[in-house]
Amino acid sequence: MSILVDKHSRIVVQGITGRSGLFHTKQCREYGTSIVAGVTPGKGGIHIEGIPVFNTVTEAIKYTEANVSMIFVPPPGAADAIMEAIDAGIDLAVCITEGIPIRDMVPVKAVLQGSRTRLIGPNCPGVITPGECKVGIMPGHIHSPGKIGVVSRSGTLTYEAVKQLTDLGLGQSTGVGIGGDPIIGMNFIDVLTLFNQDPDTEAVFMIGEIGGGAEEAAAEWIKKNMKKPVAAFIAGVTAPPGKRMGHAGAIITGGKGKAEDKIRVLQECGVVVATSPTHMGEAMLEAMK
Amino acid sequence: MNIHEYQAKEILSSYGIPIPRGRVALTSDQVERAAKMMGGRCVVKAQIYAGGRGKAGGVRLIHHPEEAQEYGKELFGRTLVTAQTGPQGLKVRRILVEEAVEIAREFYLSITLDRESSRYILIASSEGGVDIEEVANKSPDKILTLTIDTFTGLRPYQARKIALALGLTGTICEDCVELILNLYRACLEKDCALIEINPLVVTKAGWLMAMDAKITFDDNAVYRHREYPDMMDYSQLDPLEISASKYDLAYIKLSGTIGCLVNGAGLAMATLDVLKECGGEPANFLDVGGGATREKVAEAFRIILQDCDVKGIFVNIFGGIMRCDIIAQGIIEAAAAVGCTLPIVVRMDGSHVEEGKKLLLESSLNVQIGKSLGDGASKIVKMLTVEVQ
Repeated sequence: MSILVDKHSRIVVQGITGRSGLFHTKQCREYGTSIVAGVTPGKGGIHIEGIPVFNTVTEAIKYTEANVSMIFVPPPGAADAIMEAIDAGIDLAVCITEGIPIRDMVPVKAVLQGSRTRLIGPNCPGVITPGECKVGIMPGHIHSPGKIGVVSRSGTLTYEAVKQLTDLGLGQSTGVGIGGDPIIGMNFIDVLTLFNQDPDTEAVFMIGEIGGGAEEAAAEWIKKNMKKPVAAFIAGVTAPPGKRMGHAGAIITGGKGKAEDKIRVLQECGVVVATSPTHMGEAMLEAMK
Repeated sequence: MNIHEYQAKEILSSYGIPIPRGRVALTSDQVERAAKMMGGRCVVKAQIYAGGRGKAGGVRLIHHPEEAQEYGKELFGRTLVTAQTGPQGLKVRRILVEEAVEIAREFYLSITLDRESSRYILIASSEGGVDIEEVANKSPDKILTLTIDTFTGLRPYQARKIALALGLTGTICEDCVELILNLYRACLEKDCALIEINPLVVTKAGWLMAMDAKITFDDNAVYRHREYPDMMDYSQLDPLEISASKYDLAYIKLSGTIGCLVNGAGLAMATLDVLKECGGEPANFLDVGGGATREKVAEAFRIILQDCDVKGIFVNIFGGIMRCDIIAQGIIEAAAAVGCTLPIVVRMDGSHVEEGKKLLLESSLNVQIGKSLGDGASKIVKMLTVEVQ
């Protein structure tokens, strides 16, 4: 088993006719993901790579029974695309788009909270259940099926962690990139809750970054609720304060969000923290001892 | 994106929020003339992209126009180092000259995004004019917060509660309600990540006035405000950071000698961490984006090489989907174009890795291949130590 997506997931791609939307649609399909529909307003009725394109998500769901949406719509229309997916009653929306304005995401979050939809992202690599289903832009080949749940705020750093796990023979149940923006759908705790309930996930690796307080909140939650071993890494130990390190989220402000504080809290809550990004796999092994 | 105090005040003023009479000066003569216009007695304020100016000597109450000119001369030559600028400081290129206002009371007022609730939050305090984080630490009871409902927005009765809690009464209280509502409107319409008045004052004459203001625009929303790019003061930014932003590269100058080129912010931060662990000092943070292209890698290479402190380069690309042979070609072309002879270590992962490595090793570059993140980092540190010896 796994969380969020598996071999039965049926994917609709919003923004399928765009350059990266189409590229990653093909990549996901090659991995074995079942892409059943695309949505591009105004282009309903055509087929692209043999996939039927609809004008709305509601239509796509009606004709193809899609239950997961992968969103590649550019920033000006991305928040609307997420809201449309929520309105259509999709189970899971995965928004890859980077650069959505804060003012657009605030109402998305409010609409999301009263809905049945789960949102991953935006500004994230997506979600993958190795060997079954890839909904996102991560390289499939570094993953292997197994028992480790991976949850991360980062993109390529997650690939680094997954590769280290795979190299040590630690396959993954599901990998979730929750995204690096200040406003995201599912957070660490939401994903950890699912991993905690998933009988096929035996342990969890968590990747955090400087900025915000999400890692600290997750640590407290783990201490109270987590039945499985957790290892973690926090990027940005050496980052200078006040500088925005690429991600909108990754900034140390007012003495808050420092890596050292996050690491201390995680350790106090029983999480094994990798001291170096070269030892993420080893930290997972240690936590499972 | 940051803007200057005087620009933030212009925005506030356009939303009906009272600000002191003022002039922006680019020369010390202009400072003198502006001081005369204010009647001699005035406040002269250095305009830099950082707070903490007062403590660093960048703000002064002036009594005569000649004094203003002298102080202006001094400021224009200076690099202000404040608690927020970092040790390198920021050069003063613009000065704001304002009328001196008799102040009765000072408050703090701001609206920003509360990440925990994913909503805008209004923060107010009766302890204005000082470091608000210090107030929050020492006397959290003096900080008032209001999480703004996304659908109903900020209501007048809510703003009134805040104004009353600040101790305002009568017409000033109602003026403050209007000011708070206007501040929220400005925050949304101008796509602010932060809009702050500190201090908001009641003058001895009995008016509300924004004495200092700070606005940070949401970088993701700059595209829908055509006037924003022209508001940037490039003298306040590192020239390499400017050219990097033109190519959508996230570059931050650091103090070390190892140039870093990485795809993805998290991996880039982790790369800096590993270099330090191996005893190396990174010269920069550079994220070419999760899906780096050949052009971006080439441009990033050129930017890193413009930094004279760079003695060696560490490239860490975890591509996956992107082809490593194409990235390798980008590196070789960029290095050849600028005649780079510095030691380079390349760590690549993704598709066509072997072809990429072969291209690099067969090139004329002084290059080694890192087998992993740790291996690559220790190799570049070692290559640099050998160079020094």
